[in-house]
Amino acid sequence: MVEVNLWSGLRRFTDGELVVTVEAKTVGQMLDALVTAYPALEPVIESGVSIAVDGEVITDAHHIAVKPDSEIFLLQQLKGG
Amino acid sequence: MSNKIHVSATVNGDEVEFLCDPRETLLDALRDRLNLTGAKEGCGTGDCGACSVTVDGRLVCSCLMLGAEAEGKEIATIEGMAEGGELHPLQRKFIEHAALQCGVCTPGILVAAKNLLEKNPDPTEEQVRYWLAGNLCRCTGYDKIIRAVMDAAEEMRGAA
Amino acid sequence: MALDEVKPVVETGESYDSNKEFKYVGTRPNRPDGLDKVTGRAKYGADHAVANMLHAAVLRSPHAHARIVKIDTSKAEAAEGVKAVVIGTDLPEGLTGGDLHLQENTLARDKVYYDGHAVAAVAATSALAAKDAVKLIEVEYELLPHVIDVDEAMKPDAPVIREGDQGPTVPEGMHPNVVNYMEFGHGDLEAGFAAADLVLENTFKTEATHQGYIEPHACVGQLGEDGKGEMWVCTQGQWFIRKMCAAVLGLEASNLRVTPSEIGGGFGGKTTIFSEAISLALSRKAGGRPVKLVMTRSEVLRATGPTASTSMDVKIGMKKDGTITAGSVEFRMQGGAWPDMAPTGMALNCAFASYDMPAVHHVGYDVLANRPKAAAYRAPGSPMAAFAVESLVDEMCRELKLDPIEVRMKNGAKEGTKASYGPTFKQIGLMQTLEAAKAHPNLQAELGPNQGRGVACGFWFNHGGETSVTVALGNDGTVTVSAGTPDIGGSRASVALMVAETLGIPYDHVRVNIVETGALGFNEPSHGSRATFATGKAAVESCNQAIKEMCRRAAKKWGIDEDAVEWKDGAAHPAGPNAGEFPPMTIKKIAQSMGRSGGPISGHHETTAGGVGESFGTHVVDVEVDPETGKTTILRYLVVQDAGRAIHPSYVEGQYQGGAAQGIGWALNEEYVYDDMGRLQNPVFLDYRVPVASDLPMIDTVIVEVPNPGHPYGVRGVGETGITPPLPAIANAIADATGCRMRHLPMTPVKVLKAIKERVNG
Repeated sequence: MVEVNLWSGLRRFTDGELVVTVEAKTVGQMLDALVTAYPALEPVIESGVSIAVDGEVITDAHHIAVKPDSEIFLLQQLKGG
Repeated sequence: MSNKIHVSATVNGDEVEFLCDPRETLLDALRDRLNLTGAKEGCGTGDCGACSVTVDGRLVCSCLMLGAEAEGKEIATIEGMAEGGELHPLQRKFIEHAALQCGVCTPGILVAAKNLLEKNPDPTEEQVRYWLAGNLCRCTGYDKIIRAVMDAAEEMRGAA
Repeated sequence: MALDEVKPVVETGESYDSNKEFKYVGTRPNRPDGLDKVTGRAKYGADHAVANMLHAAVLRSPHAHARIVKIDTSKAEAAEGVKAVVIGTDLPEGLTGGDLHLQENTLARDKVYYDGHAVAAVAATSALAAKDAVKLIEVEYELLPHVIDVDEAMKPDAPVIREGDQGPTVPEGMHPNVVNYMEFGHGDLEAGFAAADLVLENTFKTEATHQGYIEPHACVGQLGEDGKGEMWVCTQGQWFIRKMCAAVLGLEASNLRVTPSEIGGGFGGKTTIFSEAISLALSRKAGGRPVKLVMTRSEVLRATGPTASTSMDVKIGMKKDGTITAGSVEFRMQGGAWPDMAPTGMALNCAFASYDMPAVHHVGYDVLANRPKAAAYRAPGSPMAAFAVESLVDEMCRELKLDPIEVRMKNGAKEGTKASYGPTFKQIGLMQTLEAAKAHPNLQAELGPNQGRGVACGFWFNHGGETSVTVALGNDGTVTVSAGTPDIGGSRASVALMVAETLGIPYDHVRVNIVETGALGFNEPSHGSRATFATGKAAVESCNQAIKEMCRRAAKKWGIDEDAVEWKDGAAHPAGPNAGEFPPMTIKKIAQSMGRSGGPISGHHETTAGGVGESFGTHVVDVEVDPETGKTTILRYLVVQDAGRAIHPSYVEGQYQGGAAQGIGWALNEEYVYDDMGRLQNPVFLDYRVPVASDLPMIDTVIVEVPNPGHPYGVRGVGETGITPPLPAIANAIADATGCRMRHLPMTPVKVLKAIKERVNG
């Protein structure tokens, strides 16, 4: 199980929860599990999010491993210029 | 029925001839008729200097001159700056000082700087900056460019 | 597949120790493409010509918002030299989301959304013939009301630009032009403000600016009846161009081969397509003849992707001793007439990133306006956010009579700080940049009348991204690297240095080629400050793979175990005295016999690169403001920034100086000016005034190195952070010089003079 921190604007899709626990071993599984737990999150996640795992910001790298003690934050999608 | 104009000129010491539309600029003629693509079109309005060449020793924006006006003139472009296989000190110093990043403004700046040093072999930093004010660079902030020009000028004075 | 059967590839969490002495990394050799670029030999987007080539010209809307009633292309089709004409309805239907937006921006379908929006295009036998023909296309428009300003576009009576694009998080009842909403934060905001001795809040605004690359977009596209095509194009990312053109035209990706030319600047503006797909569409209609499409400068400014204009509210609470107790922001940004283009989310994430915030709250709106489709511009969103927050922090320092550097050191983010955007920072270098700035001689320079000094910090996340690299051994022991990230600022040199270091061979024995889409797996563009980081990392891993194979060949030749061979100084050696007495086998020797010993040797690595390290910076600027004209002259400019490790220090310095120069232009001069019909008034370099050589002094740089454990050589991307501090640093310096706080960029002489006069008159 991993703990995922959501941003406060997503509260209304998760019955007010800001920290959600799901079963996952990779970032991709975690995102799928979030949508399974809270289907209203799907359009937000589909349109793209970045994830910070243990302080490192990742975009589109769904193979990255997550562990029970990983610090995970969902963020607005980042792109550079 | 062709309205094209026949032009004979000297470019980088070589005699050339080409046909151009009366509306074509010298820049168009150099790039599309003579395949000398070193001079670039950055703006087409004489504001960026990427098209800089010299005509009878005078620094001009080739986008502001017509191809037809080249008749009988001596034109020097970036392609003629190195003598044989030997780079001009400015070219060498630009590489040494990392005075280019994307490099698209580099030909224009080199042509302009060469023209400056021919007129004034010992310019101050301010004089170099004002002479090159007509050559835009978006990558470097000009610092290393100015250093390269000053360094080349010093070397050329020493060799003289 | 059960969850526990998945074996995730652990990229994050890998740790490299790069604290060593290096032979090549950190030196300043000549860049490998230097000769081509100083002689005019290097070929950029518009420098390519092929047989049978046609030339394109594009017809663009003169209206900010209108319905297209009718387009009559018959006269153009009949004109001299014209071989093809295309309009929006010639492109395939059925696209959705981002692909649809790209297609709509390529050629308008039933509506035009901004002044300059492409409506039709012509391919003819000469550029002049195409330009003449395009004027013969007749378009009937039904004008619609338009809106340009971001705050105006949110009001209930604002003209509706698009229906049905509102994102799922936008609160009920907001205007359809508000397409996205973000909210996040942590801590007790009320308590935080209550604990402060001073709470200030203010609104800051910035105008749209353009990346201003000197080379306009240019391509030569060729597309046959069979759906197979080629493109030569100046781009930051050839795979993105391929992906986007394929989407817009309904092609299969592998049937389109995109070759990158040298690129004359990008800064984010060349990571996407604008008119490129038009050249392919024209080519197909012209029976597969190649079509050259080169944008004019006016087209670039009117119809490519500037950055957003913004309206930002900031509120900060600070104690008398300088401790920040709370902060909140609301950012409103417009990214043109399409959703998902304004960098609001990233701006919010960056806003307080340099600070340890016990309580912080962020709200952001992404708004539509009748302006061109915005594109990324160097650290998208971060400069605007820094302008707002760093200006307010400075105001508070002045009011509480505190030193701006000391306040930042007191509150600055460090390893272990909970970032304003949530996660915990690992190793970062903000403090080190503040220390270095504090110790720099520029801080000792005496300031005279009408002169002032400003300080600000800046931040960018940096990016890893999809990367694919091959390192191949030549038969003479020299090495070719095939990389996918176009070289915008000297990255060929950095990659060559890292490969030389890893293999232990001379820098001159490494050649880096930037290859076309058919030669490697997918590569993200040179953006997000990722080229040296990600391509470099993949190149190093590729070398490691090749080294393993070369050691294996030596082991086989020597008849010993593979594990008993090590690689050092460009050769395979027996590892230790027990392995046996064999003279080292050099890379050259292995290469010469590789055909016989097992076949060609190369290493390949592809990944979505993890291990990214953030880059923080501190800038200090001294200005003089002329009280009679309001003109600001930059006297001294210092950039201090954390590079992790500077592979080629000259090109790292170059990024620092270039970012500062763009920031200076953005702060003092650059803006998009519109008339009341929503038409861009300054689409030429004369009136869109970027800094020239006589505007700037030498730009001092200090490279701080806090190595990134996620990269074999400690690299942190550096390209973007440099543009984030200048906006507030200069505003702070002007405040110091004049007593006037400028809250609306650019700080042109007219605006500054007005502020000075108002202050003098009380």
